[in-house]
Amino acid sequence: MFDSLSDKLQLALDGLKGQGKLTEKDVERAAREIRLALLEADVNYKVVKQFVDKVKERALGAEVLESLTPAQQFVKIVNEELSDLMGSATTKLTFSPRLPTVIMMVGLQGSGKTTACGKLANFLLAQGKSPALVAGDVYRPAAVDQLKALGAQLGVPVYDEGTDADPVDIAKHGVEWARERGKEILIIDTAGRLHIDEKLMDELVRIRNVVKPHNVLLVLDAMTGQDAVNVALQFQERVQFDGVVLTKMDGDARGGAALSVRAVTGRPIKFASSGEKLDNFEYFHPDRVASRILGMGDVLSLIERAEKTIDEKRARELEQKLRKSTFTFDDFLEQIQQVRKMGSLSSLLGMIPGIPSAKLKGLQVDDRAFDKIQAVISSMTAEERRHPEMINGSRRRRIAAGSGSDIHAVNQLLNQFKQVQKMMKQLGSGRMPKNPFQMFGNPS
Amino acid sequence: MSYDWSEVFIGVGREAIVRTPEETRESRTGWFSQLREGLSKSRKAIQQQFASVLFDRFDEDLWERIEEALIFADVGVETTVSIVSALEAEANAGTINDSSGLLARLREVTAAHFYQGETRIDVRHSPSVILMVGVNGTGKTTTIGKIAWHLKELGKQPLLVAGDTFRAAAVEQLVEWGKRVGCEVVRHERGGDPGAVVYDGIVAAEARGADVVIIDTAGRLHTQVNLMKELEKIGRVIKKRIPDAPHECLLTIDATTGQNGLIQARMFKEAVDISGVVLTKMDGTAKGGIALAISHELQLPIKLIGTGEKLESLQPFEPAAFASLLFDDSLSAGPGRLV
Repeated sequence: MFDSLSDKLQLALDGLKGQGKLTEKDVERAAREIRLALLEADVNYKVVKQFVDKVKERALGAEVLESLTPAQQFVKIVNEELSDLMGSATTKLTFSPRLPTVIMMVGLQGSGKTTACGKLANFLLAQGKSPALVAGDVYRPAAVDQLKALGAQLGVPVYDEGTDADPVDIAKHGVEWARERGKEILIIDTAGRLHIDEKLMDELVRIRNVVKPHNVLLVLDAMTGQDAVNVALQFQERVQFDGVVLTKMDGDARGGAALSVRAVTGRPIKFASSGEKLDNFEYFHPDRVASRILGMGDVLSLIERAEKTIDEKRARELEQKLRKSTFTFDDFLEQIQQVRKMGSLSSLLGMIPGIPSAKLKGLQVDDRAFDKIQAVISSMTAEERRHPEMINGSRRRRIAAGSGSDIHAVNQLLNQFKQVQKMMKQLGSGRMPKNPFQMFGNPS
Repeated sequence: MSYDWSEVFIGVGREAIVRTPEETRESRTGWFSQLREGLSKSRKAIQQQFASVLFDRFDEDLWERIEEALIFADVGVETTVSIVSALEAEANAGTINDSSGLLARLREVTAAHFYQGETRIDVRHSPSVILMVGVNGTGKTTTIGKIAWHLKELGKQPLLVAGDTFRAAAVEQLVEWGKRVGCEVVRHERGGDPGAVVYDGIVAAEARGADVVIIDTAGRLHTQVNLMKELEKIGRVIKKRIPDAPHECLLTIDATTGQNGLIQARMFKEAVDISGVVLTKMDGTAKGGIALAISHELQLPIKLIGTGEKLESLQPFEPAAFASLLFDDSLSAGPGRLV
C-alpha cells in the first residue's frame, strides 16, 4: 500500500532535471511528501513539524550535485538530517566494575518486556557473560512462570519470590542473590504499567532507588503510534531510562516511534528485538531505521557505492564500444566483475528502494548465477569472445563441457548477449544506460 | 458504573438482569465519565508538552489544527483527510456558522466515519464460539477473561480454550483467568498443536453444555505467513465441528498502536473472517484513533473497549462518546472554551 518515498519524491520533483538549485516551490512540494511519509510511519506530529522545517531550511537553495537528480539531492538531505536525529553511533550497555551489573527493564503492558529479558540474557550469554534474571512482575498472571520458562530454556538462573512479595524487596534480594553467586549481569523484569499509573510508577522509582541499576531500558513496541512520546516522557521523568529496546521489529511497522522518542528524550535506541526466537536480538543501528522509516531502501549507499566502484574512464570507453557495437564478451565479463565488486547481489537488492526487506527474506538471490556466466565466458577462446557469431554447435558443446555447465546455459548466454548487442545498437546516439543491471537481463 | 451488558450481547435474555431506565441512563454516562476520568489523569502531561489549540475563524490554520488533532490521535492521514474535507465542504456551503457548531459537526462526522455494523456480540448459539486473534501483547488473554466474567454475570456458562500453545506460560495465564472467573479451561501441553486443543475444547463444551466457548490464540505478527496460515487452519478446525462457527471472531488492537494497526487488521481479516474489533488499553493516554481508521477503511465494527486489568474493565463501544474524547484535549481544553 505504500509507495516508496523516493518514488513519490521523484514524482514531486519530476521535470527538474538539469536544474542547478532546489527552488522554494520544489522544496514545498517535496516537504509535503516527507511530512506524509513520516506521519504514516507514526513519527510524532510535533517532531515531524520540526524535522520538516529543518529539512526545508537546508534544502532551500541547496546546490544540486552534478551526479544527482533534485529528488536524490533532497533524499540525501532528508537522510542526513534523519541520521542526525537518530544519533549515528550504536550505543552499548554500561558495565559496572563491581558485580553484578544491574539492568532494569521497564515499559507498558504488552510491549514485550519479559521476552526481551530472555533475549537480552541470551545475547549476553553469547558474549561470554554470565547473566541472571529476576522475576519482578508479580501482577500479570503467570508472568513469573513465563520468565522461569525462558530461564530454563536458556540455562540462566531466575530469582523469584512468587507473586505475593513486594517487587521492591524481590529486586533487592535478587541483587544480593546474584552477587553471592558471582553473576556478572542481573536483568530485572518488572510489571508492565501505564505511564500515568501513579502507584505503579512510584513502585518503579522505589525499585530504582533501592537497586541503583546501571542501565534502565525502556521496552517499546515498534508499532506504537503518536502516544509513544507521552509514554517516553513520563518514564523519563520518573525513572530516567538510559536507552530503549525496540521490539516487534519483524512486523512491517515503520518504527517512527523510535524517532519520536529519540527526538523528545534524547535517549538512544540501544537494542532491536524481532521474531519469536530468542536469538533475534541485536544492537540497534540507527542508520538502518532511518531508511526503514522513509521506505526508501538505501538509495544513497547504492549511489555512493556505484560511484566509488565503477571506474569512470572505463565506463566511458565502454560507452564508446557500445555505440560502435564492438561490445564483446570480454567487455561483458569486465562489466560483471565491476558489478560484483559492489557486493553480493542480495546486498545490492536490499539497497534498492521499493523492495521491502521482508520480501527479500523469501527470495533466494543466487550469486552463483554470475559464477556460471563467468565460467562459460572463460571457456571461450579469445577469438570466440571477440566474435561470438563464430560459436557453432561443436564450439558450444566444448564450451559447455569446459565450463561444467550444459549446452542450454551456453545458448541462453549467447542469446542474452545478442539481445544486449541489439539493444545497444537501438540506443544509437543515446547514452549508456545508467543502470548496469539492465545489461544482464536475467542472469540465471 | 457497570453498563447494561444484556444490550452488549445478542442472545442474553433481558430477564437475566433487570434494570430501571434511570439506572441504564446513569450507567451510560458511566462509561463516558470513566473514560474521561482516565484521560484527565493524563491531560496535564499532554498539555505541558503540547499546547492546546483554540480557534475562532475558518482559515487554513483552523483546518490544519483539526488535522493535527486527528493525526495526534493516530487516526491516520487518509481518514483524517476524509473527515476534514467533509467538514470543509459543509463550511463552504455555509451550513456551519461558528466554532461551536463546527466542533459539534466535527464530532458527528467523526462518529459517522465508524462502520455502522452490528456492534453486539452474538452468543445465541449453543455453544457459541468466539475466536480471539491479534498480534503479540495486544491483550487477547486479558480480554477473554473479561468477556467470560461478564457472560458469567449474565448467567451464561463460558468455557475457555488455551489455544496459545506457543508463548511461555500463556496457558497458565489463561488458567489463572479461568480461576478468577470460575469457569473451565481446556488445555494441552505447551508446544502442542493449537488445532487439536481447539477441537477438544469445542467437543468438551458440547459435552458439558457450556454456552460460550472462547478460544485464545497465540499472538502473531501479521507478517508471519506460517502463523497466519495456522490461524486459517484453526478456523477450519472449528468449522469441522460447528459449520457456522466461529460466531464471533474478535481482533484485539492495542490503543497505542500507530498506523501499522490498519495493516494488521487487513491481514487478519484476510486470514479469518473478523466480525469486530476490541480496542484495548484505552486507560492510557493513547486515544486509539487507529480504531477509526480500521473501522472506516476496512468496514469493521468496534465492539468493545478495554480499560484496565480488572475483570470488569471492559466497556461497550459508542462512536459518539469516542469522537468527543478524541477532541477534548486537543481542540477545546483552553479556559472557558467549548467544553
